[in-house]
Amino acid sequence: MVKVLKPGMFSTVQDKGREGFQSYGIPQSGSMDSFSSDLGNKILGNAINVAVLEITMVGPVLEFESPTFICITGADLSASVQNINIPMNTVIAIKSNDILSFGALKSGLRAYIAVLGGFKTEKVYNSRSMYKNLTKAIKLSKNDTLEISNETLFCDSKLIVQSVQNIENELMVTKGPEYSMLNSNQKNFIISHDFTVSNNYNRMALQLTDLLENNLDSIITSAVLPGTVQLTPNGTLIILMRDCQTTGGYPRVLQLEERAINSVAQLKKDSKLSFNLKT
Amino acid sequence: MNKKLAINYFQFSSKSILINWDHSISNHILFDVLSFMQAIKLSDKPILEVRNTYCSLLVTYNTTIDNIYNEIKSLNSIYLHKKKYNISEKKIWKIPVCYNEYFGKDLLNISKKTKLNVEEIIKLHYKNTYTVCFLGFLPGFLYLSNLNKELYFPRKSVPDLNIIKGSVGIGGSQTGVYPSNSPGGWNIIGNSPIDFIGSDFNDKISFAKPGDLIKFIPISQDHHSYILNNLESYKIESEVCNG
Repeated sequence: MVKVLKPGMFSTVQDKGREGFQSYGIPQSGSMDSFSSDLGNKILGNAINVAVLEITMVGPVLEFESPTFICITGADLSASVQNINIPMNTVIAIKSNDILSFGALKSGLRAYIAVLGGFKTEKVYNSRSMYKNLTKAIKLSKNDTLEISNETLFCDSKLIVQSVQNIENELMVTKGPEYSMLNSNQKNFIISHDFTVSNNYNRMALQLTDLLENNLDSIITSAVLPGTVQLTPNGTLIILMRDCQTTGGYPRVLQLEERAINSVAQLKKDSKLSFNLKT
Repeated sequence: MNKKLAINYFQFSSKSILINWDHSISNHILFDVLSFMQAIKLSDKPILEVRNTYCSLLVTYNTTIDNIYNEIKSLNSIYLHKKKYNISEKKIWKIPVCYNEYFGKDLLNISKKTKLNVEEIIKLHYKNTYTVCFLGFLPGFLYLSNLNKELYFPRKSVPDLNIIKGSVGIGGSQTGVYPSNSPGGWNIIGNSPIDFIGSDFNDKISFAKPGDLIKFIPISQDHHSYILNNLESYKIESEVCNG
């Protein structure tokens, strides 16, 4: 068991999400930065679909009631065990009653705590990813207890990580279904402008501050995906993220590649980004 | 031979292809979309999910699509040889709704602007039979078509922060039921006590599927509370619909 002494700013349990349930209106969900989330599981020798904790900007304080192994990946939030700094992207042995805590955010936005065997919280529609109206809990709260596997206390992973994916501000994108409706000014603006992340960002979507001149009408409601860039009537670009709705009515002008979605997951307010359109 | 409609294919992501029909809402297009969806599901393609909207299909594969041209060719061959939508599977669902001013916070406002009285609005809403076009927006939210034109009413310019679960609303030319508490911009005319998402619909997540029909059955507020308090034993009435 892991006891939540402090929940942090916004900490959730995530796995690979609910792929294949979108025809019921159920969002995909899953780790925002799936690269970092997978990496932690791989380093521990876990299956990549076991659940991890996704923590945002301010980390939680967690007490482990039994020995295990963990690995911290993604954003650098100055993790420490018993107040001693621990390295990221490597296996860390935890003893009974050890306390994991975090400090200053040094890079990125979201970090992942992987634990040997994964977190065993409630599973709904084949996933433990927390989501409003599906799972009972939508984020960690003080005094929660999270079950973890205690079958094996041995971690024989030999994976050594040479380098981790850097956060890229130049996002690889392909054309969205309504890209062709844009005029040449709009197209030029999108590929040449350095956009800024607004303070409106969460697991559903991220808004950019820079406005496009726009006279496009809404479309008849159609499918959207994580990584779809929508253009709203007032000219705002919205990048849909892992918890996005399954359908939408704004023109879909670009589609981020998977790697770009992982990068966007680590961008915070005022970060710059640009779009590199693959042709 | 049945006539094929004009469709186009678009690679939406590394794992998915979007198929578009003419951008309009009609049963003619919807059932062409649904019959193509049935045919793709019956094929042996390595597909994670196929889902539809009014006039599009999204085909998501288990892995990255290697050769998009071959895949589109193969999908189109399925389209050209598909059968008509199998209507024997079509069901009509009877959804209890309590229409009154207690639940229907916007009934009076709609009445004022449309010059219809509240009783007329309610009657026009439950008189029609609606087609379930697809699910989206929220888990278990059904997009319905066939709202009476007299009831078309614009969405609110500022959405309500909390529309309660079960609220029956009108947004533009669309109508539907909020399956959970949610912010939303539709005008609320009543409330249904039943669950629209759950694991108890014979292992299905939603009782209804695209192509099914919905009939709203007006109930009293007492009946509404009775159903709400006895949800575990409540069974949604349905019948198979032939035609």
